[in-house]
Amino acid sequence: MTDFTSWIIPLLTVAVLVYAAFKRVDVFEAFCEGAADGLKTCADILPALVLLLVCIGMFRASGAVEALTSLMKPLCSAVGFPSEVVPLVILRPFSGSGAMAVYNEIASSVGTDTFAERVAAVLIGSSETTFYTVAVYFSAVKVKKTRYAVPAALTADLTAWIVCGFAVFLFFGN
Amino acid sequence: MKVILAILPIISLIFAALNGKMQEMSESIISKSGEAVELVISLCGIMCFWCGIMRVAERAGLTEKLARALSPIVCALFRGLPKGSKAIGLITMNLAANILGLGNASTPLGIAAMRELADLERADEYATDNMILLAVLNTASLQIIPATAAALRSANGAENPFDVLPCVWIVSVYAAVIAVVSAKIMGRISRKKEKR
Repeated sequence: MTDFTSWIIPLLTVAVLVYAAFKRVDVFEAFCEGAADGLKTCADILPALVLLLVCIGMFRASGAVEALTSLMKPLCSAVGFPSEVVPLVILRPFSGSGAMAVYNEIASSVGTDTFAERVAAVLIGSSETTFYTVAVYFSAVKVKKTRYAVPAALTADLTAWIVCGFAVFLFFGN
Repeated sequence: MKVILAILPIISLIFAALNGKMQEMSESIISKSGEAVELVISLCGIMCFWCGIMRVAERAGLTEKLARALSPIVCALFRGLPKGSKAIGLITMNLAANILGLGNASTPLGIAAMRELADLERADEYATDNMILLAVLNTASLQIIPATAAALRSANGAENPFDVLPCVWIVSVYAAVIAVVSAKIMGRISRKKEKR
């Protein structure tokens, strides 16, 4: 399984570069433009990341995370979900950089390539900052009553974590 | 977010006092600030690379190609839009940009699509069903390469950061399907209520 995934990125990179050359795109210029955008994104998230990493680091250092995870343990073990990842499920719809900060905490406390770390990464990769997205889209058209937009999006978010744990278990075991 | 930022530190302070961990907490404030900078630096390389490659893909016309392939699905999901309308074109482009992970391109396209829908369906301060569907699809994170997640994994020393790709695809598709289905069901329920 891991063999197949290590092919994806190299193949995609080569395919894009060859196809673009075939289409006579100025590859160098386009790449640099995009990369500059990526650099800007990184610089933009840094201030928020400092605040959130500190807040979440304080939360962990105080021992509050252990209290929360042991509280959630019975429910989590019933569906085979790592209780360490619960804070991420809660924070993910609110804040992108907050989710990154929580992921980092999880990865450094349980280690990479573990069940909990993979579940956390899958959760980050497969969800969005729901509240922010809904706010941006509707405020652009001055719609105030979003009706069932948030409930529908949250139904997806709040059930995805079970599927998340199940999918990682399926591919990697516990 | 404001509330969370107030609650987290207060709870932390109380727990730290109860557990006698004030020393650790004080240290974490200093060390975590530095860690944030390190994290961004280690993310930066792969983010730049991937954004660059995806910009090349966009220039080569891959977004339009994907948008054309998505068009039948969009026409089936979004009801009551005139065929070949500008709204359908914008929605497909928005979803295609999402799938390719072109965050900076997809949001403006999505907002343009939203404006088009608002004009077309003469929306007032209430969101229409199609507008909600578009917003909900954008919260599902339908991207083939979750670059941020992979960058985070490699920054933390994962052996093969991309080995979770199949899992991410499964969960993304699941979330998108559930979001659309629950939007359709909730839309039907709210319409029934209005008729009464």
